[in-house]
Amino acid sequence: MRFAVTRACGGGGGRARTGALYIGGSTTAPIETPSLLISTRKGLPTFVSRDHLAALPTPDSLLLHVSPLHFLDCPSSKTISNIGGLHQMLGLHEHFFVAAPRDSLESLPESEGTNKLGASFETPCGRRLIKPSAYVEKIASLKPNLWASMADEVPAWVSEKRNKTSVDRTLRWLDECLALDPAGGKTMLGLVVGGSNIEERKHCAIEVATRNVSGFWIGGFGLGENVEERSVLLNAVTDNLPEEKVRFISGLSLPEEVLQGVASGIDLFDSTYIYHLTLGGFALIFPFKILDHNNLDFQLDDTVGDRTKINLRATIYRKDISPIVANCSCFTCQNHTRAYINHLLNVHEMLAHILLEIHNTHHYLGFFRAMREAIKGGKFDLFRQRFVESRRIHLTSAVLCS
Amino acid sequence: MALKFEVLGKFNRARAARLTLPHFICQTPLFMPVGTQGTIKGLTNNQLEEIGCQIILGNTYHLALRPGAELIDDLGGLHKFMNWKRALLTDSGGFQMVSLLHLADITEQGVTFQSPVDGKPMLLTPEESIQIQNKIGADIIMALDDVVKTTITGPRIEEAMYRTLRWIDRCIAAHKRPDAQNLFGIVQGGLDPVLRDICVRGLVDRNLPGYAIGGLAGGEDKDSFWRVVAQCTAALPEDKPRYVMGVGYPLDIVVCSALGADMYDCVYPTRTARFGTALVPEGVLRLKNQAMANDERPIDSTCTCMVCRNYTRAYLHCLVTKDAMGSQLVSYHNLSYMMRLSKDLHTSLVEGQFPEFVRGFLRAQFPKGNVPEWVCNAMEVAGVDISTCCAPITS
Repeated sequence: MRFAVTRACGGGGGRARTGALYIGGSTTAPIETPSLLISTRKGLPTFVSRDHLAALPTPDSLLLHVSPLHFLDCPSSKTISNIGGLHQMLGLHEHFFVAAPRDSLESLPESEGTNKLGASFETPCGRRLIKPSAYVEKIASLKPNLWASMADEVPAWVSEKRNKTSVDRTLRWLDECLALDPAGGKTMLGLVVGGSNIEERKHCAIEVATRNVSGFWIGGFGLGENVEERSVLLNAVTDNLPEEKVRFISGLSLPEEVLQGVASGIDLFDSTYIYHLTLGGFALIFPFKILDHNNLDFQLDDTVGDRTKINLRATIYRKDISPIVANCSCFTCQNHTRAYINHLLNVHEMLAHILLEIHNTHHYLGFFRAMREAIKGGKFDLFRQRFVESRRIHLTSAVLCS
Repeated sequence: MALKFEVLGKFNRARAARLTLPHFICQTPLFMPVGTQGTIKGLTNNQLEEIGCQIILGNTYHLALRPGAELIDDLGGLHKFMNWKRALLTDSGGFQMVSLLHLADITEQGVTFQSPVDGKPMLLTPEESIQIQNKIGADIIMALDDVVKTTITGPRIEEAMYRTLRWIDRCIAAHKRPDAQNLFGIVQGGLDPVLRDICVRGLVDRNLPGYAIGGLAGGEDKDSFWRVVAQCTAALPEDKPRYVMGVGYPLDIVVCSALGADMYDCVYPTRTARFGTALVPEGVLRLKNQAMANDERPIDSTCTCMVCRNYTRAYLHCLVTKDAMGSQLVSYHNLSYMMRLSKDLHTSLVEGQFPEFVRGFLRAQFPKGNVPEWVCNAMEVAGVDISTCCAPITS
């Protein structure tokens, strides 16, 4: 694995950057960052099967997040190894897997059960305590391209003492994972925690940076911290991590949160946004070219929500034979109409979610691409400002109308 | 008439044909997956095409309820609404009435029932059913028939059969698009050969584009089932398609094809997939079973579908009944299996290999030779020699 920063000081007070992540052999095109990790359930997207996954933009859509906790009960590590690991088991030989236990949806850090022996998670199989040795064993059978060490992620409201303990444990488990790793850290991402305490965040980052890992996974966010203080905390971490190593994060899902993370120098995001949109029957529609002078040219949708997504359950779409987004090249927009998806949602058909997940993933990847363009052009701050404003226009216009 | 039916190969009563419909040229025998509400659960159109689906069935009752016949018509018909480029078949809505609504009542006028939306009394007449189906726009539409369960006995069956004949005339009169949509009549008559015969002759007199054998696949014993199919296929015209409604299990399809039927539909392959059961040459594979947890083989080593080429039983075992992806993948395989079965039936008849195919099929399902007696009897009537598949009878 190799990572290189391709454009620094693209905005965000100098921290936003674009990069290139080389995971496959030297012949594969790099994944440009900032980018998105596609969420999976037992290694596959929730609704998008491998043939439709292959039709999403590449190489952006090649990076998948996987949680080893999804495989706690089956298949056994031995069976997974016999089959040949994740790539073989899932039939996704061209894709790259980044393994981290927390998936922010169903495998949630449960800090009260965590103790010196292991990290506790709420999973669909109940509350489970994961020990570093068991974790590394699962990783060894899964053979992901990259994997994060184990962490004690705590919510923002714990005591200082508990927070400090979480940092100590996380560092200890990092060292344990490193010791057990036959590759000596070459495919490892060091976990950085520290809760809402700036000093602990700084301390943890400095410590992890001294270990022989290939990149970093920033944990503990999206667990109740104040959105305003988040930037300060993020900067405390990234300012103390080496520039040239890649940085992943979980817990920042919404576009605004991603923008916040990019502004602090984060490269890759594990987001639950697409999942929640899809289950809710929402489809993303915001335009990308928001930097074109005063072009706030949104699709004129009469009401229903903000101008960045539409709720396809709404009755106004019953006879709407246009695609979700005109000129969108995803399978859904090339083949189906808003009216059809509205019908599918009304009759609770699985196809609705398949089509929505395809479109939303395609569209969100487009958002990341637009962000990268903005950074390369040195206009990230403007991009961020415009985007946030556009998400709130419907609120101001609603006020004006009332 | 908006279809062409050309027989390409035969073995006694069994036949392979080319069925040319307005939207697609099909090969029979064929199985039609059921896309109840305008979608096959969990599969996209391009996947269905890859699998080889030729005709999909839509349920008039469900579609008339949601999104509604008017809406479908306004948006250009069901093909356009779903963006399905191949053929569609809609049923009349009659069966759902009777099976889904416990307050349905059948009179000469039509089927009266309580609207599931607001409880108001409603009436589905032959005219109404055809009108709705004209709006939906499928290549093949079904007449509204008076369906009775085969487990019922008595004068009700006779009443239903004669009413079905009276209703076919009303359906024919109401059908506004015979140039674009083919109206199939449905043979009723329960398990009574006399009634069935009357119904067949009555329908044949009307010179319809195709005929269905209805009222079966509802719990009757297999021995009665095959005899009714055999009787009907013997009496229906050679040069028109014959559709056995609600069938079904692969074994049933093979037997009915041997007896001269051409088209089938059933929810079984997709429904059983959602419960984690995969269709294989040996019968079924219950992926939920603990024995599958460490089985590194694909569902079916002879299957070349996307699922069998990429996934193991062990991995699918994790997914089924728990994750949406499990439903999708097993449905994909099960439909691939049914399409492969259809294609094998067609090809074996065209190439003069039909008895060999049947024997191979039965050997895989009954390796110990315990072929059910009803199958043996049916194959005898069909003139297919399966003696080598059956274990010798111990006296």
